[in-house]
Order: sequence, then structure tokens, then C-alpha cells
Amino acid sequence: MTYDNSVLTVLTFLPLLGAVLILLINGDDHEIVNRNARSAALWTTLGTFILSLSLLMFFDSSTAEFQFEVEREWLGGNINYHMGLDGISILFVILTTFLMPICILASWEAITERVKEYMIAFLVLETLMIGVFCSLDLVLFYLFFEAGLIPMFLIIGVWGGARRVYASYKFFLYTLLGSVLMLVALIAMYIMAGTTDITSLIEYDFPAGVQTWLWLAFFASFAVKMPMWPVHTWLPDAHVEAPTAGSVILAGILLKMGGYGFLRFSLPMFPVASDLFTPLVFALSVIAVIYTSLVALMQEDMKKLIAYSSVAHMGLVTLGIFAGNIEGIQGGIFQMLSHGIISGALFLCVGVVYDRIHTREIAAYGGLVNRMPIYAAIFMLFTMGNVGLPGTSGFIGEITSLMGAFKVNSWAATLATTGVILSAGYALWLYRRVVFGELEKGSLKTILDVGPREIIIFAPLVIMTLYLGFYPASVFDITDASVQNLVNDYTAAIDAHQDISTAAN
Amino acid sequence: MTTLSSSLSLAVPELMMAIGAMALLMFGVFRGDKSTSMVSWLSVLLFIFVGLNILGQPGERMTAFSDGFVIDPFSQFVKVLILTGSGLALIMSMDFLKAERIARFEYPVLVVLATLGMFMMVSANDLISLYMGIELQSLALYVLAAFNRDSQRSTEAGLKYFVLGALSSGLLLYGCSLIYGFTGTTNFDTLREILVPGEWSLGVIIGVVFVAAGLAFKVSAVPFHMWTPDVYEGAPTPITALFAAAPKIAAMALFVRVMMWPLSGELGNIAPEWQQIIMLISVLSMVVGAFAAIGQTNFKRLMAYSSIGHMGYVLMGLAAGSVEGVQGVLIYLTVYLFMTVGVFACILSMKRKEGMVEEISELSGLAKNQPILAMALLILMFSLAGIPPLAGFFGKFYVILAAVKAGLVPLAVIGVLASVVGAYYYLRIVKIMYFDDPAEPFIQPMAGEMRVILGVSSVFVVLFAVFAFPLMSATSYVTQSLF
Repeated sequence: MTYDNSVLTVLTFLPLLGAVLILLINGDDHEIVNRNARSAALWTTLGTFILSLSLLMFFDSSTAEFQFEVEREWLGGNINYHMGLDGISILFVILTTFLMPICILASWEAITERVKEYMIAFLVLETLMIGVFCSLDLVLFYLFFEAGLIPMFLIIGVWGGARRVYASYKFFLYTLLGSVLMLVALIAMYIMAGTTDITSLIEYDFPAGVQTWLWLAFFASFAVKMPMWPVHTWLPDAHVEAPTAGSVILAGILLKMGGYGFLRFSLPMFPVASDLFTPLVFALSVIAVIYTSLVALMQEDMKKLIAYSSVAHMGLVTLGIFAGNIEGIQGGIFQMLSHGIISGALFLCVGVVYDRIHTREIAAYGGLVNRMPIYAAIFMLFTMGNVGLPGTSGFIGEITSLMGAFKVNSWAATLATTGVILSAGYALWLYRRVVFGELEKGSLKTILDVGPREIIIFAPLVIMTLYLGFYPASVFDITDASVQNLVNDYTAAIDAHQDISTAAN
Repeated sequence: MTTLSSSLSLAVPELMMAIGAMALLMFGVFRGDKSTSMVSWLSVLLFIFVGLNILGQPGERMTAFSDGFVIDPFSQFVKVLILTGSGLALIMSMDFLKAERIARFEYPVLVVLATLGMFMMVSANDLISLYMGIELQSLALYVLAAFNRDSQRSTEAGLKYFVLGALSSGLLLYGCSLIYGFTGTTNFDTLREILVPGEWSLGVIIGVVFVAAGLAFKVSAVPFHMWTPDVYEGAPTPITALFAAAPKIAAMALFVRVMMWPLSGELGNIAPEWQQIIMLISVLSMVVGAFAAIGQTNFKRLMAYSSIGHMGYVLMGLAAGSVEGVQGVLIYLTVYLFMTVGVFACILSMKRKEGMVEEISELSGLAKNQPILAMALLILMFSLAGIPPLAGFFGKFYVILAAVKAGLVPLAVIGVLASVVGAYYYLRIVKIMYFDDPAEPFIQPMAGEMRVILGVSSVFVVLFAVFAFPLMSATSYVTQSLF
């Protein structure tokens, strides 16, 4: 047991341990039980976060190799418990552990019913999310990937809004339908390659014809998760009905699993098929960017608006990833991290006013700046981040992924760039309607500005948004070697395939 | 040739059961109905001793009684599962029988006899012993279904089960006679030598179709499933718990043996003739099981459709007809046993002042009234739906693996799609428990044995992913004996 081969296991299952501890909290006084559950969850997530930071310290960013690897026999037949991190996955783990304490704090006062179960659901979810990014075995990955549906289903369904039942079903069945096809593909890969080890599968050459089918099956799962147009319809419903912290996790991390899946599986394992389907992905991404931005303009519900803007931003991510060059992929990863922070923060902003007025309708607000100046400033920063203003992390993500896409397909990149303009449209308009203007509504007359707890929640998000906006190299340095390696293998595989097909002619 | 004494020595578990059943019957006759719980516990004790005896048997294939009876690791494994299912059902019955005032000593004796029948099915190596096992099991179960003789629903269930069961026995027997007529033997080993896959005569094919139909009835595969919902709903609940687990496992094991031993070639190359049949009933069972369950309001009926669907998945493993397929079948059956028993422990805890309730809507808001029970049922439901990392997922994983490996990709795809439909109705139970407003609470605390059974099964389901390896290696070893 050294640090290197145990840290990922500990990190992954630490939140689960916290969940078990919370399960054991018992007592007659509800208040005390709730308070203990909250603090236990907060300390667990904070501990996990600190532990995850130690990963950054020991991570060697000069190599594309997997690090902190651990491998144990598990199910037999070459299905092993194998975990490890490389430059692509490590930052997603950090993002997860970073957002988690914020989510717990955001639920501190908003959740008063069944607090114990709520905290357990969140901690279980954290274990599963970290597991997704750490897994280096396909079956293990699938296990974590799919199991995340259970706690999220409960979070939306139990603590959600008025149409929570509909939203939770839609979320669950939609994502399950996407994933089961991946399961069949995964099994087919296991049979062909004789292993489910991700590192060996990346080396393995699947025949070009088979790649197409496997790619499509994986695409079904990741496109739903991402979500890409036209399978995005579950997302607005899920976001609107989920409690604030649920939305943050959904937008911040769960959506990133789709993009991570493309990077970990689709590109390296099925390069020929990825190349073949790039036009399809580009078309869907461009439609997503333009169409969902337009839809976002018309929304009357704040959360729904941000949800549609998430779909548009994810369109830029897929555009970057499937550009298949360094800028594109670096940009895609950066955009995902940045979006995780900014959209999470925007949902928290909605949560702040929702906790006070209990409505998310844009028309119910107006003139908040008069009574909530600090809130207005915070909301402003994240609105600008969402628009992609230089100086915020949103800008870096958008510009690099668009640059990557432009190199490959200038039309797609140009069209997608209009999305940036449209995003300025809906985001600024939302901001104007909510924050500016006269404070006329009676219900807003006594509204209070953000309190200390909320400032603590927002402070790290503000810092990260600006830090990444001014010093993006902190991310690019970490991802660089792995992305280089991915791109080299990807282009080499495509070239080799083209050589074969030309030779055959 | 085997001598009588060596034959008898191989059948010690069966002899123990037979003699035990008769001794318990006499004990009950002398002591009357007040001895019911004594007889029940003695039966459980008998099961434990029989189980230990089975574990002590040699781990190799041996035949007895002129090759009509076989023991091999496969049969031993399945017999242990059957004993677990029957034993747990028996334990769960005791309180229920007292509460419903039907605590008669014949009940445990009939369960022992039915279990003996299942043992014979699993160890059958001849069409005659196969039929004998099935009938012994079925006749005991017909009576058990109608055990609450003053209840119209229960007697209706018993009668329905009997009439349809007799029909299926007829089909089976007709098939057996056709096979005998066209091959001149009823022995499985000889059939294995004579029948060359792909070159069967028409008479044998028709015979096999009839046999398959009869067996499909016993595992309640579509289109021979009609009896299942009615019998599940009508029979007293602990009997339903018994029906759902042990007989299904026995019939499925028999199905596997008939298809993989006499009807397959020496090298385990399976006959395309029966593969088509199994594929068809597998697909139909998965699809009908998933869609028909959506509209159910009675929990027991829902479990009936659920079990139809699950048998469809198990049949997928059989359709693959490979080592992996049979291994998948065994893993699936093991997991299925624990899930089903756990769910029935929950159903048997749905007790109000006015008596037992069975409607799903009664679970409303259970998470607030009884959080632990609700969480256990939640785990079992997600496991039944096949969501990882719960045990149900691994069952599905291994049968799908076998199907894909055997080239049956369309079957696997239909299977996973049906599982999404199936997830819908399992989710509905979770929704009712967790999202809806609380109904009147059930009588608390739950009976001790229910708590233990429910606890064990949900812990099994949760921790399966961590401790799956022993089961994997056990099933993989056991499977070899059929090839």
C-alpha cells in the first residue's frame, strides 16, 4: 500500500464512507440529526477535495502515461479493477471534488426535508462520478457511469419541483436507453479484444467496419449524456425540476461524462469511425449551438434558459473534440471545465433568488440591483463568463475550441461562432430583465442581499473563473502531454487507414 | 453397471428428503395442526442437513439407477439454490399461515415433497425420471396454490394452475413419446450419442418442440405464461414466494440439461433446431414481461410479469448454448433467487390492522414511514431493473455476453432495450415509495425473520460487485460438467 496505488481507491470511496456514516446517524431530534448530516457531508466532501489536490501535487504532467495506477483481480476473465489518471481525466476529478462542497453548502438551508437521505444521495453520487473519471476498465467505467442514475433520479424526484416525477423518469429512461446500447458494444469489444482494460483497448485495432457500429453505440450513450441536439430534451426538464445543487452537479459534472467519454473511448478506440462521422457530429453541434441558443432566447424560466445555454455550450465542446487537433481538444476540455464552473455558478445564482422568492420565472423579477448589489455583481461576472467575455474562463474555452474547428472545417466554425453572439443576446437579456430596471414588484421590496454563507459559496467560483480566464496555461500544461499523445495516435490511425484504402484501390 | 447400493448412495439427499417428508407427515398426523410450526422448523432443519450432504458429494459426474439419475457439480449447485429458495419460503410462511388461520401441518410436508420433485428434475438423466420429477413437484404445488381452501382466489389459482399444468404435462409427455418412438431410447446419454445436431428426423424435431413447450410452461416463458399472473396473485403470498424462486430455478436447470446434454452433440455443439425455439421464447418473454407489467397495480401480479421477463433473460443464456451461456444462466438464477426472496419478504411485511395488502399504491410514501424497508426495496428494485452496480446487472451482463459471443447480437439488443422498458415499472415502485405522500403506515416492527431475509438479500445485491469472484469461479467450474 503506497500512496500511488491506493490514493484513487481511497479518493473514490471516501465519500461512500461518509454516506455510510451519515446512514448511521440516528436520533429523536430531527434538528440535530439534520445538522449532523449536513456537517458530516460537508467535512467528507472537503476532505475528498483536499485529498484530490494532493493528486495535482504528485501528478507528472510531462508524460501521457496513466498515473496512480492500481490493478486488482475482480470478476475474472480479464475484467479487472483498474484505475488511473492521465492529463485528460485528472482535472475532471478535481472539478468534481471542487463542486461537491459547494453543492452541500448550497443545500444547507434550501433542503429541510429528509436531509439525511439527501446528503447520502449526494455523497454516493460523488463516489460514482469520481469513479467514472478514474476507471481504466470498461466494465468498471460502465458500472460507475450507469449507477449515477440512481442517486440523481432520487435527487430530482424527491427534492425537486412540481413536475419532478415526469422529469426524473425522463432523465432516467432517456440516459438508460442511451447507455444500454453502449453495454452491448462494450461486450462486443470484450469478446473481440479479450479484455476490457482501457489501456489495452486503446492499443487494439478494431476493424474499420466494426468500428462504425461500436462508435454509433457509444455515441448513443454519450450524445444523450452530453446532451447533443436532438437528444437534449431531457436536460431542460431535469434542470428545471432538480433542486439547485442537483442542477449544479448535472450541469457541472454529469454532462462532462459525455465529453469525457468521447475523449477516452470514441477518438482513441475508434479513430476511423470518428473521422468518418466527424461531419455528422459537426452538423449536430452547429445545429445545437444555433438552435438551442435561439430557444434559450425565448425562455421564461431562468433555469430552463441556462439549461438550453448549456446545450449550446456543449455543442462547442463536441465541435472542438471532433476537430481532432490539439487546439480543438484542448479547447474542448477547457470549455468543459469552464462550463462546469460557470453554469454551476449560474444555477447557484438562480438558487439564491429562488430560495427567497420561490419562483424561477424571469417576469417575476426586475431591479434586483437596487436591493442586492453584491448579488448583481456576482451574477454579472458569471453572465459575462457565459457569454465568453475575455478575462473569464468562458472566453478561452470558446476561442480555442473554435480555432481547432476552424482548421478542420471553416464553415462549421463560422456558423458556430454565431452562437457566441446569440449567447450574448440571451444571457445579457436575462441579466437585464432580472437585475436591472426599476424595482417594482412588491415581493422584491424586502429581498435581502447574499449572506456570508452564499458569499463563501461563490468566492471559489469567482476566483476560478477569473484565474482560468487570465492564466489558462495552468490547465493546458496539465492536459498537454495527454492531448498531444491522443492527437498523434488519432491522426496516425487515420493516416494508416487511408493508406490501406488507397492501396486497395 | 451400477449396483443398487452404489446407486442409493448417490441419491442420499433425495432419500433423506423422501424419508424426512414421510416422517414429518406422520409426526404431523399424530400431533395435529398445533405442530405446524414445529414441523416447519424441522423441515428447514432437514433442508440444512440435505444441503450439507450435497456439498459433501463427490464433485464429478456420476450416474445411478441404470443411468436414469445423474449427479454432477451442475446439479449440486442448482440443488443448493433450490434448498435456499424453498427453505426461505418456508421460513417466511410461518407467521403468515398463523395470521390467515391456515396453519396446517401438511403445508411444510408439501413443500418438502415439492422440493424433492425439483431435486429429481435437476438430476434427471432420462425422459422418464424427468417426467416423474416434474409431476411430483407440480402435484405438490397445485395443492399449495389452493392451500387457502376457503378463499375463492386461492382455489381458483389452484384449479387454474392444475388444469393448465396438466395440459403442459400432456404436451411434455407427448413430446417424450415422440422422441422415444423415433430414437428408441429415453436415456439422455444414449440420445446424446444418437442425435447429431442439424440432422434430426422430423419426428424428433416435433417431439423436441413439444418437450420445449412443456418446459417453457414450467418456467413460464411466453407464450406459455398465461397462468403465471393469476396463480401468483391468487396463491397465498408465501406460496407465491416459493413459486417465484425454487420451481423456476429447478425447471430452468432441467431445461438447460435437456437442451445441453441429450439434444447437443458431444463437443457441446448445439442443435440449431432448438436454438431457434429458445431464441423466440426468450425474446417474447423479455418483451411481454416488460410491457405487460407496466399496467399492473397488484404487487404480486407485477412480480409475476417481472419473473416472466427475467426468465426471458435466462433463456437468452441458454439460447447461446455455450459454456458462457450456461454460466450466465447460473449466475442469473443465483442473483434472481436473492432478489425475488427479498422482494417477497417486503410484500409479506405489507401488513395493516385489517390484514395483508398487496396493491402497489399501498407503498405510498413508505420512505417516510419506514426508511430502512424502503431503502431495501429500492435496492432490490434497481437490481431487478439491472442497474449497476447491483447484482441484477451482473446477471444480465453475463447472459448478454454469452449471446453476443454466440453471434446473437439482435437478441442481445432486444434484451437490453426491453430492460429499459422494464426499468419503467420498477422505477414506478421507487417513485411511489419515495416521491408520493405517505399512506397509513404498516404494522411495525417487521417480523424478525423478514428483517433478516430482507437484510441478507439486499446486502447480497449491493455487495455482489465486490465479492463476485467466488461465484464466478464456482459457476465456471460447475458449468464444465455439462460439456
